[in-house]
Amino acid sequence: MKLFIGSLQLGLLYGILALGIYISFRILSIPDLTTEGSFAFGLSVSAAVTAAGHPLLALPASLLAGACAGAVTGILQTRYRIHPILSGIITMSGLYSINLMVLGGAPNLSLVRASTIFKIVPFLSKNDAMTVLPIFFAILCTAAIILFYHTHLGMCIRAVGDNEEMVRASSINVDACKVLAFSISNALIALSGAIIAQYQGYADISSSTGILVVGLASVIIGEAVFGRRGITLGFISAIVGSLVYRYIIALATRYSPLDAYMLRLVSAVIVGITLAMPAVKSNLAAARQKRGGAQDD
Amino acid sequence: MIELRNAVKIFEKGTAIEHTALNRLSLHVEKGEFVTILGSNGAGKSTLFNAICGTFLLDSGRVLLDGNDITYMPEHKRSAMIGRVFQDPMKGTAPHMTIEENLSLAYSRRHAKPLSFAPSRRQTALFRERLAEFGMGLEDRMKTKVGLLSGGQRQAVTLLMCTIVPPKLLLLDEHTAALDPATADKVMAITRKAVEDDHLTTLMITHNMASALSTGTRTIMMDEGNILLDLSGEEREHTSVDDLLKLYAGSKHRAFDNDRMMLQ
Repeated sequence: MKLFIGSLQLGLLYGILALGIYISFRILSIPDLTTEGSFAFGLSVSAAVTAAGHPLLALPASLLAGACAGAVTGILQTRYRIHPILSGIITMSGLYSINLMVLGGAPNLSLVRASTIFKIVPFLSKNDAMTVLPIFFAILCTAAIILFYHTHLGMCIRAVGDNEEMVRASSINVDACKVLAFSISNALIALSGAIIAQYQGYADISSSTGILVVGLASVIIGEAVFGRRGITLGFISAIVGSLVYRYIIALATRYSPLDAYMLRLVSAVIVGITLAMPAVKSNLAAARQKRGGAQDD
Repeated sequence: MIELRNAVKIFEKGTAIEHTALNRLSLHVEKGEFVTILGSNGAGKSTLFNAICGTFLLDSGRVLLDGNDITYMPEHKRSAMIGRVFQDPMKGTAPHMTIEENLSLAYSRRHAKPLSFAPSRRQTALFRERLAEFGMGLEDRMKTKVGLLSGGQRQAVTLLMCTIVPPKLLLLDEHTAALDPATADKVMAITRKAVEDDHLTTLMITHNMASALSTGTRTIMMDEGNILLDLSGEEREHTSVDDLLKLYAGSKHRAFDNDRMMLQ
């Protein structure tokens, strides 16, 4: 039961990260490495502000921090035409120092004594809050982002990812749309980090290593469950994917001989195999066709 | 309405493959004119369109739209006033978005409220009505992703996207060339109707001399980045495809003769 509840909580909190990844990876079709930095950025900012006694303020502060990180990547990519992957790497590397700075020069910060959002919810014990708040935030973020992508502005961003050339020829500022999309994406990712820092009661700068693969795995697993359909289902499937991912991880660590440190490898393998599937399928089909052709001779 | 003054565009300047795409080209098109543009490959027809749309900036010369100098206006700002349909049906629409979403995107270019929900119910009703005029059954497929439509259907949607908010200028870049003859005729009929209904100022590139003469109010023929022939009114009415070919060959000849004279 504890395993079940724990995975539910983590799945929902990392689900917010998956929403952000879905925006860059599926809507813009650009894998955004800023994620690795902005998740830790949210984590650090949240920890620092919480330690200073403002657990609630920590959330908007992290949102803003993530949005800025995303905007930097977006501007590098659009205005200065740096390769998408490279712009993400540049921001991510820079953020490493900034995160250490935010954490006061140390690689981690404990919040054990600090008041967190989980301790200050009225009528709820900390234990209950740790289930209720993730549900609340996951639903709030999913609903907000789905609504946004049904507005005119959200539609413009989708069109940019779908047919950039067409959008360029239709009076929409493509570059501004991209910067905005990266900001929103990384704001969500940082928010995910922010809540997780308070949930765990500590911030550790290394916890964001490989986080992009975790998010990608969630998005991909979600699509395996729901298929790739509209935008609304897309976001919901990202959250569900994140939940399924957490349960897979929980079962794997509990019932298999794998050590916890093997998890990122498992995630990487899941993502690698899934992304390779279309090519494998077409290769197999081509091979079948060749064999068939030989028989006809 | 649209005016180019001494437009010059040279690609790959200073290299061995330097190519003058627009050579001091001047063109003045009045409001409501429907100009068809002929010319062989490399004559500068598409470059002319790109110059008007701001895909690149001119090396020299000016572009004026409706009296305003737009020579240095960024592409996305110009496109609020200019509608453009390409030859490739894939270019004008977002394939993974539905018909109504694509139309809404285009419609909002002048009715843009960034955070209002789109497409609104009022928009949907308008789109349905306009699509029904095509007689292609598209009005019942508003929630279909555009990527699933045929080339002709996609061009029809693109055309509606370009004209649903009447643009100051409509540019058609061989927009029926990739379609089968029957579909091409259909899309051409839709084009004529759209242009007539809103008295749109239109430039249309085509390779079909007969349709160039039968469509619109004026025909120009381009060659080597400039205008070789400019026919309108009675003169154009009395011109046949044969005449056009003769005129074309004739003016090419004259140009050669001039060169020879200069060399001597």
